[in-house]
Amino acid sequence: MKTIEQINEKISSGKAVVLTAEEIIDYVDKKGLEQAAKEVDVVTTATFGPMCSSGCFLNFGHSKPKMRITESWLDDVSAYAGIAAVDLFLGATQLRANDPANTDYPGDFRFGGGHVMEKLVAGEEVQLFALSYGTDEYPRKELRTTFTIDDLNQAMMVNPRNCYQNYNVAINASDKTIYTYLGQLKPNMKNCGYSSAGQLSPLLNDPFYRTIGVGTRIWLAGAQGHVYSEGTQHSPTCERGLLGVPSEGAGTLALTGDMKKMDPEFIRGVSLKGYGVSLSVGVGIPIPILDEKMLLQTTIRDRDIMAQVIDYSTDYPERNGKVLGNVSYEELKSGTINLNGQKVEAGGLSSYGKARKIAAILQEEIRSGKFLVTQPIAPLPVEQGMKPMKEARS
Amino acid sequence: MSGTTEKITRKLMLYFPECETEKPIVYHLVKDYDLIINIFRARVTPEEEGYLVLDVTGTEENIEKGTAFIKSLDIKIDTTRKGVTWDKERCAQCGSCVPHCPTNALAIPDRNTMEVVFNTEECIECLSCIKVCPFGAMKSLF
Ligand code: SF4
Ligand code: SF4
Repeated sequence: MKTIEQINEKISSGKAVVLTAEEIIDYVDKKGLEQAAKEVDVVTTATFGPMCSSGCFLNFGHSKPKMRITESWLDDVSAYAGIAAVDLFLGATQLRANDPANTDYPGDFRFGGGHVMEKLVAGEEVQLFALSYGTDEYPRKELRTTFTIDDLNQAMMVNPRNCYQNYNVAINASDKTIYTYLGQLKPNMKNCGYSSAGQLSPLLNDPFYRTIGVGTRIWLAGAQGHVYSEGTQHSPTCERGLLGVPSEGAGTLALTGDMKKMDPEFIRGVSLKGYGVSLSVGVGIPIPILDEKMLLQTTIRDRDIMAQVIDYSTDYPERNGKVLGNVSYEELKSGTINLNGQKVEAGGLSSYGKARKIAAILQEEIRSGKFLVTQPIAPLPVEQGMKPMKEARS
Repeated sequence: MSGTTEKITRKLMLYFPECETEKPIVYHLVKDYDLIINIFRARVTPEEEGYLVLDVTGTEENIEKGTAFIKSLDIKIDTTRKGVTWDKERCAQCGSCVPHCPTNALAIPDRNTMEVVFNTEECIECLSCIKVCPFGAMKSLF
């Protein structure tokens, strides 16, 4: 019905009709699918939450005399130096050196790679400490300096597994408090933790990856980045419900963007008691409305998106595949779910408020002609599962 | 009954400089001014300063007299009672603190926008939120 080129022409001339994934639901109810599909050009989706699989490549330029870095620390957080002389990779879940971690359980985990990334995006000063064995052309063996993101040649964020299509709801059936990446879980299933923007979430609005693929331009924490691959653990062969929307973790996206152009509001270090450190990332993805079928996908509502409740005290760590029940995002967002007759308080880790803000920012950028939509250069796989680890038999 | 015998409750945060940490303040408030005291938090720092967050219940007149007595001892009183603070900018609106807050001081009044608000009046300084907030938005002054 519409092509990407036609939609981009409308965006460039400032005439595109853009609605958020929240607004589109009532709009289609009011106008009908056929009429709405004629009018609407783009639906914006967004999410903001901890996405552990995140990191960045940093290029420092050369010191005088030159140095071939073999070991390095950024604000005492170890960064990987096995790439090239002055390129480092910093991972979001790397802890600061000497952090007691969980030796004093449950540990606080105050500072890690994600916090360094937050500081960099915020323009704050970070310390580099580096060691080397020294070579003929790279004689220097030790270096200590401070820098900001402006001093770097490149600061490229890479997120090999972001925007999980859906995710588990974590609960604790044991009689002791447990500490997980979905938050602190009280004993005897008193509360549960979830993480998804539900009806605003990118891959829940394009469940079969029709418009989101390799090369798709995205809004990554304020910068224009793109999808560079399917994400790790991308597993589209899964349980699906209404409109084909997955009811368990399914597709994932590998993202990249220029950290120098990011907004610190949407890149935030995370400390999870008893678990570790991570990074919360804000992502917005536009969905071009090519036809009625695509529009219909974006009308998915919280009440129709289901998630699996899993016991993180035994079933999750043991990987025995047991699901305690299914709940909708409408229920989760109400603050209380009903799990087999028991009332359970629900708390999110992803921020629906920030997701709404991102969807609105992206909507404005597209309306004003600053952000064009893209045709993927390769599709994401639609049929593949996820294998468990192959372990040697003893 | 006149308004003066009606009992009211006031929240106070007291700060004791080093020299005053030895005085039996609560004893005097109860004994001399007929006040009911509910202590939320008390702490003497390694520098020997003291902090006390409490509710006092009694007639307005007695509360006035009691607080005048406290002030006469060189103890600072903060009636805005900010032992626990919420940094609105740092708060990412995730809501993971809400199921852990026993009083609904941290709450999501509108489930459509999912915005988290902090009502300092309701806070009993249990500190649960400080442990669960992943963004360090909840802080304790002491
Ligand atoms: S200190 Fe306790 S009562 Fe106060 S806001 Fe935090 S969790 Fe709620
Ligand atoms: S846990 Fe922290 S960041 Fe999340 S809503 Fe509560 S105060 Fe805000």
